[in-house]
Amino acid sequence: MNEEDGIRLTEEQKRRRRARSIAIAAVLFGLVALFYVVTIVKMGPGILVNRPL
Amino acid sequence: MSDVPLNRIDTVAGNLASPSDYLALLKPRVMSLVVFTALVGMVLAPGGIHPVLGFTALLCIAIGAGASGALNMWYDADIDRIMKRTQSRPIPKGTITEGEALAFGLTLAGFSVTLLALFVNIVAGALLAFTIFFYVVIYSMWLKRSTQQNIVIGGAAGAFPPIVGWAAVTGSVSYESIVLFLIIFMWTPPHFWALALFKSDDYKRAGIPMMPVVSGMAETRKQILIYSILLAPIGVLPAVLGFASFAYGVAAAALGVGFVILAVRVYRMGDGDKSMLPAKRLFGFSILYLFLLFAMLLVERCLGLLGFVA
Repeated sequence: MNEEDGIRLTEEQKRRRRARSIAIAAVLFGLVALFYVVTIVKMGPGILVNRPL
Repeated sequence: MSDVPLNRIDTVAGNLASPSDYLALLKPRVMSLVVFTALVGMVLAPGGIHPVLGFTALLCIAIGAGASGALNMWYDADIDRIMKRTQSRPIPKGTITEGEALAFGLTLAGFSVTLLALFVNIVAGALLAFTIFFYVVIYSMWLKRSTQQNIVIGGAAGAFPPIVGWAAVTGSVSYESIVLFLIIFMWTPPHFWALALFKSDDYKRAGIPMMPVVSGMAETRKQILIYSILLAPIGVLPAVLGFASFAYGVAAAALGVGFVILAVRVYRMGDGDKSMLPAKRLFGFSILYLFLLFAMLLVERCLGLLGFVA
């Protein structure tokens, strides 16, 4: 297999792929934050106090 | 290993998609209306909801609406390529493939319904699932291409969000949320038929049996007037039933009269009127009408919650 084979992305395609990756990362971080906050809200402050170890 | 000509793969549509193309699949303008009407349903509902859960509910409803949009674009890709109004959508433009739109839509639909059911309540989740099903299967796949009553029945899908918003807070459906549903349901036909009057060539080319294409302009103008006359009193119902103030009732009645006057002008519009100005005016006003009605309900309730209105 020489170097001419394989998929060659144009600069524009690379730029858009990077933008897609960043968008996916942002959505994932957003979901993590949402799940965390909703969990705290659902369980209430009781999970933070008087909790036997 | 493989005989696939790898040098051709760079032309695969997905490679060209940017995040904004995926955003366009969600029909952001429709989504904003859905979020707004769902928010009004939530705020009007008795009791309350934790702000975080309220935000989550709105997010799920917005994503559910977006999923419906993506699935609609997947199914309608063939006619979107024909109609001028829709040729710049991501699939006809070639930046996203039909399969990608389908996967994207199904994933978001599953996520939004599951999250709403788990985080908020199961009634709201079930109603959101039904809304997506109604829009994609009943409207897009079945009614849109088979009957001129497509948007009358299909309009129900767009009218569900306030019911879902209300259910997110109360876990139930009540007559107040059904009135909000009725306002949007009766508003949809004159709104879309006014658009269809001046876009009828587009629908004709795509073979969609919109009212002006099947029954003609005169019948459409008559139907617009009938639905406008039915809509005007329904817009006042929140005040009559006591969940909005007298001031809202007066304003809604005035807006309703304005709506009917514009509909009468459309009714009197001659067949030879190529500019279709009355239809364009009614279309523009219809958007303002719905926005103002819901905005008044929202503002009134917020002022009430803050103690400004008894």
